[in-house]
Amino acid sequence: MPEPILQMTGLNAHYGDFQALYGVDMHVGGGEVLAIIGANGAGKTTLMRSITGLITNGPGQIQFKGRDIGGLRGDQVAETGLAMVPEGRQLFASLTVEENLLIGAQTGRKGPWSLGAVFKLFPILKERRAVPSTALSGGQQQMVAIGRALMSNPELILFDEISLGLAPIIIKDIYDALPGIIGDGMSAIIVEQDISKALSVSSRVYCLQEGRVSLEGASDTVPREDISRAYFGIE
Amino acid sequence: MEWLNALVQGTLLGGLYALFAAGLSLIFGVMRLVNIAHGDLIVLAAYLGLTVTSAIGLHPVVAMVLVVPAMAMIGYALQRGLLNQTLGDDLLPPLLVTFGLSVILQNGLLEVYSADPQKLSAPVLETASLPLGPITVGVLPVLTFAIAVAVIWGLQWTFYKTALGRAFRAVSDNQDIAQLMGLNKRHIFGLAMALALAVTAVAGILLGLRTSFDPASGGGRLIFGFEAVIIGGLGNLWGTLAGGVILGVAQTIGAKIDPGWQVLSGHIAFLVILAIRPQGLFPRMSG
Repeated sequence: MPEPILQMTGLNAHYGDFQALYGVDMHVGGGEVLAIIGANGAGKTTLMRSITGLITNGPGQIQFKGRDIGGLRGDQVAETGLAMVPEGRQLFASLTVEENLLIGAQTGRKGPWSLGAVFKLFPILKERRAVPSTALSGGQQQMVAIGRALMSNPELILFDEISLGLAPIIIKDIYDALPGIIGDGMSAIIVEQDISKALSVSSRVYCLQEGRVSLEGASDTVPREDISRAYFGIE
Repeated sequence: MEWLNALVQGTLLGGLYALFAAGLSLIFGVMRLVNIAHGDLIVLAAYLGLTVTSAIGLHPVVAMVLVVPAMAMIGYALQRGLLNQTLGDDLLPPLLVTFGLSVILQNGLLEVYSADPQKLSAPVLETASLPLGPITVGVLPVLTFAIAVAVIWGLQWTFYKTALGRAFRAVSDNQDIAQLMGLNKRHIFGLAMALALAVTAVAGILLGLRTSFDPASGGGRLIFGFEAVIIGGLGNLWGTLAGGVILGVAQTIGAKIDPGWQVLSGHIAFLVILAIRPQGLFPRMSG
């Protein structure tokens, strides 16, 4: 096991007045692809918001590359090399495709990803670079959201429900493209409700249930019945 | 011919109203903040212009070189130190805080500059005129209008062609996601307020050149600014210029009918447009 790049220790987090995470322990190794699964309301979104700094957490609960990031603001976390493809894409509606991608480069981090590299990965975006992001199809919008996250040259990238609301053929295309995206030693966390998709691209999986880790295992060996139990909480 | 004159003079006056309105429009567009103290900030800029011209002896137009950056710095400090803390899902806290700021500014100006009406003087510029076909127009109103067009063009360019404008629009669209892209929204809001008050500084100096002002003049400027924004349609800067022109023309035509009707007819024009097209004449941003 390589040195963990992200380490969560006893992470507690609140969603409004409601406690959504209870003492979550998780880690992501350098270059590892991790899947996080769980039903609606299990705490997946709160976990993403905690890691990215949209929710601040207590000291020592989240460490990224050995540095405590629990108390940092979202923009400061982004500068440390952590990016997210948010649930529902959430592109900037008044920006063109190209402008959305350029905003992703705001942190000024150096690396292999640039406008040219993203256009090479998704050639359709180059054709449609000047149109408003809202004029794209759902799948193309997802490409922009992925490209936007890559533009910051992150060391860890979070994919939050990237298959949500997309046609199966589009989901297949995006998952087929993932290995090429995540290569080059980048680590990734994939949050999904589609369990088989999540398992197919990851090496390890955590299942969340009511704000607690209910299962941890290797994606290719963990028994399906254990997952159902951890997912639904049926004994 | 007198009517044509009123039309032209009103159009030129509209440039000044558009300058009152541009900062208001920008702030609302970027951070959904309705700045009740905007008019008083215009008057503050006029007084700063007065101080600079009387202390250093600069021409008021040249004084902009000092007043514009000074107001921009005040704007950034005001936003970071006070207004950012009021922003959230509720529109009311910033409204109340800027209302309080307005009271503080008016009384502060009264304390420092007294209640005597003041004016920025530029002897040659104030009286110079140009023949324009059958009518004659003042150089100052023409200059004001030209500056208004240049400022609005500049704001439009900043919004749609620069990285700063991209950041303004991104933060306006979705604050959380913009934060994830490494944009510190507090800083971006500070820059937006700095830009808005830089425009306000230009408006304040041109106001002081055109007419006399006193510490209580801000309220009226705020109303004219608001009316220009609403007539033009929220979030459209060229629409704001059109709104200012409509307001200015309505006022000069009203004054032509009866001098007492000047301000009233502007408000009537505003109410009519609000009743017919509540979304304004040119709603939404256009790239």
